[in-house]
Amino acid sequence: MAEIEFQDVTKRYPDGFEAVKHFNLDVPDGELMILVGPSGCGKSTALRMVAGLEDISDGELKIGGTVVNDRAPKDRDIAMVFQNYALYPHMTVRDNMGFALKLAKVPDEEINQKVSEAARVLDLEQHLDRKPANLSGGQRQRVAMGRAIVRNPSVFLMDEPLSNLDAKLRVQMRTEISRIQQRMNTTTIYVTHDQTEAMTLGDRIAVMRAGLLQQVGPPSELYAHPKNLFVAGFIGSPSMNFLTGELEADRVRLPIGEVALPQELQQKLGAGPGGGRRGVIVGLRPEDFEDASLVGDRSRGTTFRAKIDVLESMGAEYYAYFVVESERVSSAELEELAQDAGAADLPHSHEGSQVVARLDAASKVRQGEELELWFNSWHLHLFDADSGQSLLADGSDREQAAPAPPASS
Amino acid sequence: MSQRAKQRSGWSAALVVVVIASLVPVVWIVMLSLKTPTTVTDGSFIPHQWTLSNYKDIFNAGVFTSALRNSIGIALISTALAVLLASAAAYAIARLDFPGKRIILAVSLAVAMFPQVSLVGPLYNLWRQIGLYDTWPGLIIPYMTFALPLSIYTLSAFFREIPWELEQAAQVDGATPAQAFRKVIAPLATPGIATTFIIVFIICWNDFIFAISLTSTTKAETVPAAIALFPGVSQFTQPIGDIAAAAVVVTVPVMLLVILFQRRIVAGLTAGAVKG
Repeated sequence: MAEIEFQDVTKRYPDGFEAVKHFNLDVPDGELMILVGPSGCGKSTALRMVAGLEDISDGELKIGGTVVNDRAPKDRDIAMVFQNYALYPHMTVRDNMGFALKLAKVPDEEINQKVSEAARVLDLEQHLDRKPANLSGGQRQRVAMGRAIVRNPSVFLMDEPLSNLDAKLRVQMRTEISRIQQRMNTTTIYVTHDQTEAMTLGDRIAVMRAGLLQQVGPPSELYAHPKNLFVAGFIGSPSMNFLTGELEADRVRLPIGEVALPQELQQKLGAGPGGGRRGVIVGLRPEDFEDASLVGDRSRGTTFRAKIDVLESMGAEYYAYFVVESERVSSAELEELAQDAGAADLPHSHEGSQVVARLDAASKVRQGEELELWFNSWHLHLFDADSGQSLLADGSDREQAAPAPPASS
Repeated sequence: MSQRAKQRSGWSAALVVVVIASLVPVVWIVMLSLKTPTTVTDGSFIPHQWTLSNYKDIFNAGVFTSALRNSIGIALISTALAVLLASAAAYAIARLDFPGKRIILAVSLAVAMFPQVSLVGPLYNLWRQIGLYDTWPGLIIPYMTFALPLSIYTLSAFFREIPWELEQAAQVDGATPAQAFRKVIAPLATPGIATTFIIVFIICWNDFIFAISLTSTTKAETVPAAIALFPGVSQFTQPIGDIAAAAVVVTVPVMLLVILFQRRIVAGLTAGAVKG
């Protein structure tokens, strides 16, 4: 059991590239902390610094209150699950799981007992004498987990442990990991690039970008109050829609119409945008849209009409895509997100921004037809057009006036 | 005949040709070794009179048995030392990033290219002066030296294929770097080590230049040198039968080694380390 503290930790490579910059993060004992971000954001590097597989260039890393910067991996009492599992191919499952104990000179009897117990938990009992090559992907993943848990270390480190599994197995193992972590109550750092995994698994999430920590908080907070465009675009699926808008005293002028800002949002905006007009980027979550005909009380939002280009039926809901004529939102942060998702190469519609709305399955919406849509203006997100910082998340008041919708999975 | 079957039979035919081409000389020398001294030069492929007297001769002569002992000892020791040293060097080259890595590799390759024959003269003089002439170390040292570059090359290729994550996993599991190498990396590199071992062993086993130049008596003379110096039964007979018999006998250890290690050489041991 141990607390992990990053204190101004920096990783600088010999060529001068900084993979992690002045990283400060506190992972209390027993917490499952998720490090999430697009590839190359430094999350794996941060994890490997905890493991001792990467040197720390600057700053201090503490595990359980002790500075471990110069400790070898073996002296840190950690267990790590690698993305490719890194099972020892020449050893049986039993030997793989018992390897660490054997190195620690634990008596054979005790090793056997611990391995059997872990195998029972992970449903690997009948595979103990097989070699990793003869196991399926899911079984290998479980062996990798088993290797970590038999040791009962003070810290678990997981580096995208599920990314090599197929979608169905991934969901299954996700719950499994969550169960194991809760039962063992071991401090865990879990690295992933999958926001769904982050949202469903973590006690808290730390979003990283280009070596910098963007925001740390429980999933619901990151979802409801993203601090900047990057976090807003990263968390949530389908991701948040962004439109350019103009902020004016108590209203925002959007390409889809003018929206009166609710009192609450106005308060959050602070002393008031006395400076008159101001360009902003407005974020709208797909789930904050609805088919206007299904909304009883439209007063909390705004209605507008749009021609639905593409309609995807998910069974329980529709994803309706339409184009809003407007200047395209340009932001380095969003570009990076798009690039990571592989969407940067997709042809952009020339007329404007594509918006996706998540509509109830009861909607009578048809592809290619015009529809009256409503969106909840209480859930508007406003970002500074230049800095990308949220104009609402001031951090001081975190009241949950409007409970966040459940995270998608 | 289908396209596939045609292709198969084509390959089979090619295979048969290659096998015959490489086996005929071997069978030939076996046949020669089974002929009596008087019929050795009669030109027939199959001996008219079968005999094992050549084999008896060479084992009775004493020169050959001591040469065989020298050969086995010297080749095994040189190979073991070369592979041991090369493993360490190759591991460093595969894993570490240090300045001059490429130069070291290039230089070691240059050593391998170096014409050995040009070294024999100086070595002969040097060995005589420091007392290594006609001793086991006198052969082991040059064998090992010339085997190292090739071993480093092949081994570093094998080490590079072993996922680095495995070693990191071992470190996280509590292994010291030495333990990680011994318990994880080395077992996985066995196919590579075995392959290198065989290649180096064959080179040492077959060497003629050093053997003939740096030895003079049964103390250290190896088989290739001994065969070349076989005396005939009389001054008018060529010891062809004896030479053939000796040649057959010296191929046996090599064949045994290859058969012994064949299963290990077949790669695929690392399968399953990463997602398959």
